[in-house]
Amino acid sequence: MGLFILRRLGVMILTAICLTFIVFFLTNLAPNLEKLAKSEVNQRMSDDAVTSWLANRGYTQPLPVKYGQWLGVLPGYVIEGTDGTVRGRCIDQGMAPEDAPTFCGILQGDWGQSSVFKDDVGSIISTRLGLTGKLMFWVMMVMVPGALIIGVLAGMREGSRTDRSLSTVSILSTATPEYVSGVIFIAVFSSSAVGLKWFKGTATSAMDDITFANFTLPVLTIALYGMGYIARMTRASMTEVMTAQYIRTARLKGVSFGNIVLKHALRNALIAPFTVIMLQFPWLLNGVVIVETLFNYKGFGWTLVQAAGNNDIELLLGVSVVSVVVVLTTQLISDIGYVYLNPRISVT
Amino acid sequence: MEPLSWGEILIRIIGQFTPVWIALIVLFAASIVYKRKLGLYGKLFDSTIGMIGFALVMFWVFTAVFGAMGMIITHDGLQQFASMKNKVPGTFLDEEGVYNYYLLGGDNLGRDVFTRMVKGSWEVVKIAPFATLFAFMVGITLGLPAGYYGGKLDTFLSFLANLILAFPVILLFYLLVTPEIVATGIPVYMAGVLFIFPIVFMVILMNSRFYTQPAKRNMYLAFVLVIGAWLYLGIAWNADPLGIISFPANLLVVFVSVVFVNSPTVFRIVRGLAMDIKTRDYVAAAQTRGEGPWYIMLWEILPNARGPLIVDFCLRIGYTTILLGTLGFFGLGLSPESPDWGSTINEGRKLLSIYLHPALPPAFALLTLVLGLNLLADGLREESLRD
Repeated sequence: MGLFILRRLGVMILTAICLTFIVFFLTNLAPNLEKLAKSEVNQRMSDDAVTSWLANRGYTQPLPVKYGQWLGVLPGYVIEGTDGTVRGRCIDQGMAPEDAPTFCGILQGDWGQSSVFKDDVGSIISTRLGLTGKLMFWVMMVMVPGALIIGVLAGMREGSRTDRSLSTVSILSTATPEYVSGVIFIAVFSSSAVGLKWFKGTATSAMDDITFANFTLPVLTIALYGMGYIARMTRASMTEVMTAQYIRTARLKGVSFGNIVLKHALRNALIAPFTVIMLQFPWLLNGVVIVETLFNYKGFGWTLVQAAGNNDIELLLGVSVVSVVVVLTTQLISDIGYVYLNPRISVT
Repeated sequence: MEPLSWGEILIRIIGQFTPVWIALIVLFAASIVYKRKLGLYGKLFDSTIGMIGFALVMFWVFTAVFGAMGMIITHDGLQQFASMKNKVPGTFLDEEGVYNYYLLGGDNLGRDVFTRMVKGSWEVVKIAPFATLFAFMVGITLGLPAGYYGGKLDTFLSFLANLILAFPVILLFYLLVTPEIVATGIPVYMAGVLFIFPIVFMVILMNSRFYTQPAKRNMYLAFVLVIGAWLYLGIAWNADPLGIISFPANLLVVFVSVVFVNSPTVFRIVRGLAMDIKTRDYVAAAQTRGEGPWYIMLWEILPNARGPLIVDFCLRIGYTTILLGTLGFFGLGLSPESPDWGSTINEGRKLLSIYLHPALPPAFALLTLVLGLNLLADGLREESLRD
């Protein structure tokens, strides 16, 4: 088991390096750098000015060198610019060039500066991630129990009317992407045209103070899309368990139906959904981006859109590191958890 | 003039869809009469869920095709009337020579919402099935050998697939579908790589089957290569020597990124199926007969994996539709004038608290199409498991 985890961690690090390199490559393409320079200084910059602006800030170094500096395995650049100022990757504002450390990449815990928010990437990501964490927590609280209950109820008696109607509901919810359900929810529950006005159509105020009115719609919107899928998996696994021999034995022994479902079937039926729930995280991340944009909740997903839209290289890299780590960690947890829950599977 | 009442609007909309109703009735009547002779497609008409799904899907397919031919639409979808800005459904339009009502109202620029919804279906129907098909070609061509041979090849290809899958889709879209990236030509190179897979697939398919009959094989191969190379040059490099096929650059980016996002999942499914099926007796029999590995993969394993693949194909078209909507929602790739559902939802949501009608029709349209595809997949799964 230890070896398995070690190997998976190795693959994880390799994947993270490859992915960040791809993001690094794409954000450092010449047209993107030109756009960055123009948005930082002004739109009508001459080509020469762009070149020297980029050269002064180390953007014209070879790509692997820049990547190494960002990672913190190569010493940060120190360049005496054409305008006479000495700039360096590790030299912060108001710091003497001699005092600056040699290495400053993410390995040293320095995530760089965001060009959009004019702030430290590390602190931006941690605050935004905290906000998204709250959202995700409530999504999980709604989605997981909801999906499991629907799945178990539907799979308990295959082919019954409950099964048919609940299965249709779960198909409907998987067919409704967040931007559709979000728009419908806002239209029905918060617009002045319908007049229900139960909830708020934006979640901006939820960043300071979460209330029932401002947080229900975003949470429901994300939860709904994932719910159907998990419910269908639970249903499939439940119907399979319900036809197993040991359930029949229990029935013949005279155990009541409720007891069979709760004590005999449930434990085995929940192995498959566990994996599915863990693997839903990458999809939830997608949902978070859409919903945070739709409801104007300035969390991690919103930051991703801002960073990507403005080619904020360092912030975008930070965002991708975090999301890749989230995705890969959940995959690892789902694999390990599966082995623990299901004694028939072995990693060796 | 008073705006139309909801009943009148409904009757007029149903009237506008007349060609679609006729086509649907003809299709269903013919299919139900001949369903015993139509294999899996015919069996679909034994399942209520499958039939509902199929009806929803075909409704939008017919709407898209007839709409593109100029039949269902009431206006041209781009023409703006200042007097119709944000007007409610059924508003009278006092202009000469055009349809006199905005059946589903006007959007914030005074364009007809109904027409834009119908035109949006064409945007989906012309991209989603083909993008999914291409993703399947890529996934099958790589997944079969990975599952069949296993070993280092499998490790390498699976690593690549997981690499792409670990990317948040939206980040990938933001990185690929921007004007700056298009300017570097990267999407074209990606198209150059991705679009060669269908040709490779067809060539191997023909060669492994007919290599014992060189005359027949050469004829088939020449045919595949000429047509394939022609389409490839036209679509990927926009260099069709005959000048018939051309592909707008911004559409190509959307197409490529959707194929790119979908193919790793297809790869994983095909790989799993191939690993399962290669242990069967008929594969061992083919190996004993001395058949080549590609023959076994493409003519023994692939036909036996068709059930799950067809089901996944339907689901994946739905997923591709959702992805296209996501692209539109973030304003990526497609032109701002484009009537696709994602863009119209995005435009409509800005005024959602006051005006509902611009955002809801495209939202329901997308919902019903994806729902139809999911129900269709469910029906197919049920029917293919039955025998």
